[in-house]
Parts: sequence; C-alpha cells; structure tokens
Amino acid sequence: MKSAVIVFPGSNRERDMLYALEQITGTKPQTVWHAETSLPDVDLIALPGGFSYGDYLRSGAIAARSPIIAALKAAADKGTRILGVCNGFQVLTETGILPGALMRNAGLKFVCKTVRLEIANANTDFTRAYKQGEIIDCPVSHHDGNFFIQEDGLTRLEGEGQVAVRYAEGTNPNGSLNDIAGITNAAGNVLGMMPHPENLIEDLNGGTAGRRLFESVVEAIA
Amino acid sequence: MSNAVEITPELIAEHGLKPDEYARILELTGRVPTITELGIYSAMWNEHCSYKSSKKWLRTLPTKGERVLVGPGENAGVVDIGDGDVVVFKMESHNHPSYISPVQGAATGVGGILRDVFTMGARPIAALNALRFGAPDHEKTRHIVSGVVEGVGSYGNSFGVPTVGGEVNFDPSYNGNCLVNAFAAGLAKADGIFLSEAKGVGLPIVYLGSKTGRDGIHGATMASAEFDDDSEEKRPTVQIGDPFAEKLLLEACLELMKTGAVIAIQDMGAAGLTCSAVEMGAKGNLGVELNLDMVPCREEGMTAYEMMLSESQERMLMVLDPSKQAEAEAVFEKWDLSFAVVGKTTDDLRFRVFRHGEEMANLPIKELGDEAPEYDRPSIPTPNRTPIATHDVPAPKDIGATLIDMIGSHQLSSRRWVWEQYDQLIQGNTKQGPGGDAAVVRVDGNEKKGLTFAVDVTPRYCVADPIEGGKQAVAECWRNLTATGSLPLAATDNLNFGNPEKPDIMGQLVGCIEGIGEACLALDFPIVSGNVSLYNETNGEGILPTPAIGGVGLLEDINKSMSISFKQAGEAIIVIGKTEGHLGCSTYLRDVLGRNEGTPPTVDLAAEKAHGAFVRDAIQAGRLTATHDVSDGGLLVALAKMAIAGQIGAHITPNADVPLQGWAFGEDQARYIVTLPAQAADAFLADAKAAGVPASQIGQTAQGDLKLEGSAPISLASLTQAYEGWFPTYMAAPDINE
Amino acid sequence: MKARIKVTLKNGVLDPQGKAIAHSLDQLGMSGIDDVRQGKYFEVDLSETDRTKAQATLDEVCRKLLANTVIENYTIELDGDA
Repeated sequence: MKSAVIVFPGSNRERDMLYALEQITGTKPQTVWHAETSLPDVDLIALPGGFSYGDYLRSGAIAARSPIIAALKAAADKGTRILGVCNGFQVLTETGILPGALMRNAGLKFVCKTVRLEIANANTDFTRAYKQGEIIDCPVSHHDGNFFIQEDGLTRLEGEGQVAVRYAEGTNPNGSLNDIAGITNAAGNVLGMMPHPENLIEDLNGGTAGRRLFESVVEAIA
Repeated sequence: MSNAVEITPELIAEHGLKPDEYARILELTGRVPTITELGIYSAMWNEHCSYKSSKKWLRTLPTKGERVLVGPGENAGVVDIGDGDVVVFKMESHNHPSYISPVQGAATGVGGILRDVFTMGARPIAALNALRFGAPDHEKTRHIVSGVVEGVGSYGNSFGVPTVGGEVNFDPSYNGNCLVNAFAAGLAKADGIFLSEAKGVGLPIVYLGSKTGRDGIHGATMASAEFDDDSEEKRPTVQIGDPFAEKLLLEACLELMKTGAVIAIQDMGAAGLTCSAVEMGAKGNLGVELNLDMVPCREEGMTAYEMMLSESQERMLMVLDPSKQAEAEAVFEKWDLSFAVVGKTTDDLRFRVFRHGEEMANLPIKELGDEAPEYDRPSIPTPNRTPIATHDVPAPKDIGATLIDMIGSHQLSSRRWVWEQYDQLIQGNTKQGPGGDAAVVRVDGNEKKGLTFAVDVTPRYCVADPIEGGKQAVAECWRNLTATGSLPLAATDNLNFGNPEKPDIMGQLVGCIEGIGEACLALDFPIVSGNVSLYNETNGEGILPTPAIGGVGLLEDINKSMSISFKQAGEAIIVIGKTEGHLGCSTYLRDVLGRNEGTPPTVDLAAEKAHGAFVRDAIQAGRLTATHDVSDGGLLVALAKMAIAGQIGAHITPNADVPLQGWAFGEDQARYIVTLPAQAADAFLADAKAAGVPASQIGQTAQGDLKLEGSAPISLASLTQAYEGWFPTYMAAPDINE
Repeated sequence: MKARIKVTLKNGVLDPQGKAIAHSLDQLGMSGIDDVRQGKYFEVDLSETDRTKAQATLDEVCRKLLANTVIENYTIELDGDA
C-alpha cells in the first residue's frame, strides 16, 4: 500500500505516523509539505497530530487554509482514503471535508491518558479488522477534542453509521457529544479521530490494537 | 534610552552590581561605562550567567568519564551510548519567572532547556522536571501549581517532546519561591555535535529565529535577586514562549546543521544577545562586533540597551561558513524564521556594539565572559543535629490507617493529575512514562536500546546535613535508574539555594556539592552539565537547599526493563539492603508526627554500588518480575505503591528485630524491593549472600489486600483511592487566585 | 481604514471556558453575573477606503478564516460605525 503524510508547520506526530505506516505497510510513506499543491498517487493520505501553526486561531484552522488543501479535497471527492488523527482530525473538520468541530476539552486541560474505545461501526474501510462493539485501550493526547455538531448533523452522523469510534462508557476524556471519538464522511473514505492508533502498534506502546486500523485500510485497498 | 544616561550609584545598584564590581568595571573600561555597557556587565556578571559564587566549588565535581564526550560549560553535556549515538542532556531552573507568572515562566523554562539540547545538534527525545511548591494550604500554592503544570505541558506538548517523568513536592519554604527545574535529553550522532566556540576571524554572525521585542529585559538580573512583597510589580519582565516557533527553529536548525554551514551556535537564553555573543567570542578567543540595526525587531524604536538585554524567546546566534550563506538562508525561509547577518568575528578580543552608526559599547570580551569575577564567599558548615533513636519515635496506633494517611498525603500521593496534562507518548518510544522509578525511552531507530531518566533530591535531608543530603540525591537518582535495569551513565545537577552572601546558606551549597561530588565519584556517575539558582529567598527566608540531580541510564535491551508493579499473586517479595529503621528526617517523623528532627540516613556508597550492581545483574538475567527503590516513606509505602500499580496485594511479615514503626517507615538507604517467582527465591537469596548483599524475603504477593502479620488487613481499594485522590481533590477546591 | 471583528460562539454551543469564568466569578463573590460567554476580538487595518468594499472583504475574511461558522458567529464594526 502506498501512503503519504502531509506535514504542516507545527505538526509534531508526523514521525510517529510515518513510522507506523512503514512498520505496518512495509512501504516507506511519502512526506508532503503543506506548501505543495499536488498529492502523489497513493492509497492513503494521513494528516498527523500536532499543533499546526501553534493551533493559534483555532486548532487546525490555519493549516486548513494551506495550499495543499485543494488537492486534499479533490482526493477526498475521488474516494482516496484519508486518515486524520488528532490535529489531523481538527484540520479535516476545518476544511469541511468532515462535519462538526473540535472544541476545547470540557475539563479545559490537555489530557494524555489511555481511554477505552468502542468500535461503533466495524463496517468502514478503517475498522473492518475489528469486531463490531469491540472495546480496545487506546491513548488520547489533546487539548481540543470535544466534538460538537448541530443536532441535525448529529442525527445524520448517527443515522448513517458515520460514528466509527466512541469513548466507552465513563471514559469520555473531553466532553464530546455522544462520546464521539472518530467519524467518517458520508462516502466512508475519510476518517477523523482524536485517539492515536499510531502510538499503539507494538509491545513497547503497551498494546498493538492500533495496528488493525491501518491493516483495515490495507485490506480495503486490496 | 540613549547612551547619554548618567551613571549614578542608584543606577549601578539597580543593575545588581556591587561597589567593588563597579570599581573593576571602571578599571577594565578605563572610563565611566555607557548605559549599554553597564547593562552588558550586569547581565554577564550576575550570578545566573557567571556562577561567581559557585564556580570555585563546581570545579570540584567529577565531570569526566569514559563515555563523556562533552562536559559542563557547553549548552548541554554529551555522553556516548554506543553505535555512534550520543545522548545530550541538561537541567536548568526557571524559578523566579515561574513564581511571577507561572504559566509563561514554566513554559519558557521548558523552551530554554529544549533549545539548549537542540543547539548541540540533538533532537529532543525526553523532558522531565522537578517542581517544588509551597505548603498546600498557602494562599498562592494552588494557583502556582495549576499555572506551572499548564506551562510545562503546553510548551512540551506543542513542541512535540514526551514529558516522561519528574518530581512534584510541597514545603512551606517554597511559599515565596517555587522551583521549576526543567530537564531535557536529546539524541544525536557522535560526529554531529555542535559547540558554541567561535572559530575564524571575519566570519558572519547570524541571528536566527523569532524577532526581538522588549520581553524579559533584565530577566537574568531578576533571577539573581531576592524577592520582596513588591515582586509582583516585576511582572512585565517575564518572557512569553512560542512553542510553535521553537518547533520550527528545531527543524530549521537540524536541517541547517546537515548542510555544514554551522561553525558555532549558541541559543539566546538569559540576557539573550549579550550572553550568546560574548560566550561564543570569549570561548573562541575572538572579538565580536554587532550591528544592532540588522537585528530583526518586533517593536519599533528599540535602543541598544534594550536589544542587548532582551530575553525574547526562540532565538539563536550562529557563526556561519560564508560560502554556505545562500543555502542557510533558504532553509530559514522555508521555515518562515528570521535570518539576518548581525555582525562578525574579529581578532581584537573586544566586544563592540553599534546602533545607528554609533558605537554603544566597546568592552574586553574575555573579562566579560570566562574571566568574570569569582568569589570565595565565607561559609559556615551546617551544625550537626542530634540523632534520634528508632525506639524514641512512637509507633502508630493503627499502622493501616497511618499508611493510608501517608499515601494519601500531599507528599506521597500520585501525581497523575499533573502528568495527565503532559504528552508522555509522542515520538512513539516511551516504554515507561511517569509514575515509576525512572522513565524508559527507546533509542529512536534502534531495535533494542533504551535510555532511562530520573530526577531526584530530598531537601529535608539536605537542610539537616548538606553532605549526606547531597550524597543521597545522587544515590537515589542512581538507584532509580538501576531499578529499571539500566546502567547509570552520567548526571546533570540543578542547584537551588538561598542567598549565598549568607555564610550559613553558602555552607549548605558547599556541603551539598561536596556530597554530590563524593557520590558521583564513588558511583561512576559524572556530572556533565548543570545550572545554579541562588537567591531563592523571600523576605530573608531561604528555601530548603534543593540540589536536584537528573540522571541518564542505558539499557542494552529495553525488553528487559523493570517496572514497579506487582505482576501476579504468589510471587516472593525480597528486600535488598539492610533495614535498620532509621527514622531521623523521615516522612513519618516529619509529616505524621510533625517533628522536624534527627539526622538523615547515612549513605553508604560502597553498599549502594554493590546492591545496585546485584539488582541490575538480576534484572538483566531476567530473574525478576518487579523492582522498586525504597525512599520517601520507607518500606511499607514502597510496598503499597507496588501493590497499587499492579492492583495485587501481599502478605508480609515484618522483621521483629526492628521496632515496627522503623521497619515500616524507616528510610535506610541502598534498598530495593524486588519480586520473583516463589520457586526461584532460595537460589536468589543464596546468590545475594555469596555476593555479600543483604537480602531477605519479607512475604509474597497475593490477591486482595495488603496484609501485615499481626495487624488488620489494609484495603487495596482504600489505598488506591487515597493515593489517587489527594491531587484532584486539592486542585478542585475553590481558588480565588485564578 | 480600521475595523474591529468579534467572533462569538453560537447560541447552544457549549462554552466550557465561559462557564469556568462564570464559576470563578461566582466564587469571588461577584454576585449578579448570570452567564459569561468567551469570544475573540480582532483589530484589522485595511488599505481599502470604500466602506462597502471593506465590509465585503471582511465578511470574506471572517467566513474563510477568523470564524468557524459551524460553531461561531461574527460581527464586523468599521471605523465610524456607531
């Protein structure tokens, strides 16, 4: 599987994402600088975690206005798989590729801990290696992960099975509506999520459940 | 401010210069200095930059070793870890700014230490910290804790370095002077290390990074002054950190270093442009000429004085190979950072500064830099205390209730509330984050190797007996690294003390350094970098002497590293080291009984070394399942922490030869608790005996509660609740200072 | 021309920061404060001198970057506005 990682000024988990993709797919991903205007022909485009532009206006807001975004939108429309993790998720909502917004955590503090994550829809290109309803331990690490969307939007997300992962009961770390941890677009080729599967791929991380998210995409591509 | 300002005695005093120092300035300058020159002298000669009170004693520390490539005097120490890799690390204080503005003070402290590390060519891979706050019930404490933790977290999280450990403690002596000691470590290649010593005459001096504003003017002078009640008026001097700019600066610097354009590089920390330019020139025996008109400024109309003393963050100064200038500029353009040639190296050993074509300063660079004044301040050794016998300390009425109280106290409770605000995982190499004896981080790109990190000091020991306290700080740090299975390699020290002009405080400093030196020598644990913070006093009251030691260890096989948690029921629990029940200066005596008495435990360095080597070998041979060093609170507190971490209880039989309070809460040194499969215990004990290492089995792990023979069972759930409960409950209480 | 832009959260969007401020005010004993909503304030210098054109430009600035219209509203005040 060919993949690429888009790097913005202030991205800081791009190395984690590059490492995870290389470990799991066996192929070195390409790195794409935000100032470029075209994307390579790949099967998966990843937007890594971090604090793009310091998250200074709103998380992901300035990155979402980068030159590369037009190409990203075109890729999304074309059906290319796109994965945004943490700041990458924030960028995806700011571009409008994914609905909703990620606001300051309800507790107002940065939170880095392991949460219980429920696979709310195992029938997506990113979750098919999991069982429906399966619960995994997964780290989160963010300041702005509080997912918000207006009621009609929420109804649509829930109705169409676009909620891919949810914080299991009692472990919602940020006040997200309906415990939402990650959503797909309507077509199902774009996933944005706050937790970090790329930091959960080998025994050293204390678990390997994150691998299956990437393996799902590998399987979907094949 | 033009240079025509009249130099009055008041102005000299405001710059923190003593009359004898001013007399030396007159002699060196050969005339009355300009205001810019006075500012430069005050910045270079204050305690923070010149180490004038401590230098004589710092020289006595062991700084060399087989693996030490760069020792103290550079931005950070460099230690060989094999395979062509080196670890680069240092610890530095940002105490005064953090008290005045907790969020920004702590954030820029982290920013400064990260910059020290990547200035050397290393990518930062781990951050730790030692934080000390006033009494929990002091009106300012909660506000400062909240701000400092936010600041430490916000900077490291955004920059992208995992914060993997540290210490958080409370004591009334820090009511008016919190301590924020930030540690950072980075990885580099042995042949890719960059130093600050300028080389070559007539080469361009380049300014990199963020623009200069009026931030922190005289921050370094503030860091060398005592506080009084008006200190909060000094707020405008605190700098603002921009971790986003620092992340860009990191990437730009590392990219630039690969081009071969960098001849020397120095970050702009305290007294920014002044300190960095003087240090680079003085170290290289070269003069420096700066044209301030070229310095990128954020504000209009800045004077030479302001520019020379500005502490705007995220800036670097570099001597550049002129043939690579275009290449270097392109790198900085890509990262959207300022790049400006602001001066050149000269052969006249003068430090000359120009503004609008006018010479604002012309000073001898060596005397400013490495020949700054040095004092041999009078010191009085700390008087010996009377030892206190174990049987003179009352036993607790209910040992279980006492243990729950202790583990749920501000001193010993879990710091989870703190470290959950730190990104501990970024970079994907963290095997063990905060909460264990030491952090364990994989060497990036290496299949097996790991590095371990710990920060330690016990100030209540240091105040009672500076020499033993200094030894203990080193020994505990070394022990914590050992308890993960690693070989301790080297250390950095962050010496926080009160006013060195007071002989008793100077006595504490001298004593602690003596103890640190002795322990480092005995444990083969050289000091490769460090920082001194003096004048931590408010209204004449000094802090407890707090020489924090940050250590780095090496694991050849990270898969073998040990953690503190009990792994399964039915395993043997063995204590390594002698339990004599030393209660002087213990947590039990001070915090439970409210008696600040006695002598601290003696540190037997030969025993430390032997016990540590035995434990390390056992871990590396795969014999153990858990290891924990015994420190604050003694054996029973250590056992409770192992039980809480693993959510497994234990059946323990106390040693009847020692009074129960001493057995449970005594703080004898050189001890570890280890677990191993029950059937392997006899052979292990026999091997310990053969090695001359005291070891005895005290019980076994068990499902359920923590049971002491002869006492009521102590509920694991209650212990856990007490341990995890104190911090969030304390921080959730109403705070009128927010 | 100078302009002032205020970006505020839409009604119905939870504002944890505003809530925390209101809570803190309450604990400070400042009575009579029913609610606080936190927003952002921008001062913008424009070279444009035509008010209608300036208004249109700023409207675009807000929609494109300063406000996230999923959760935020904005108001633009040009110099000379009452």
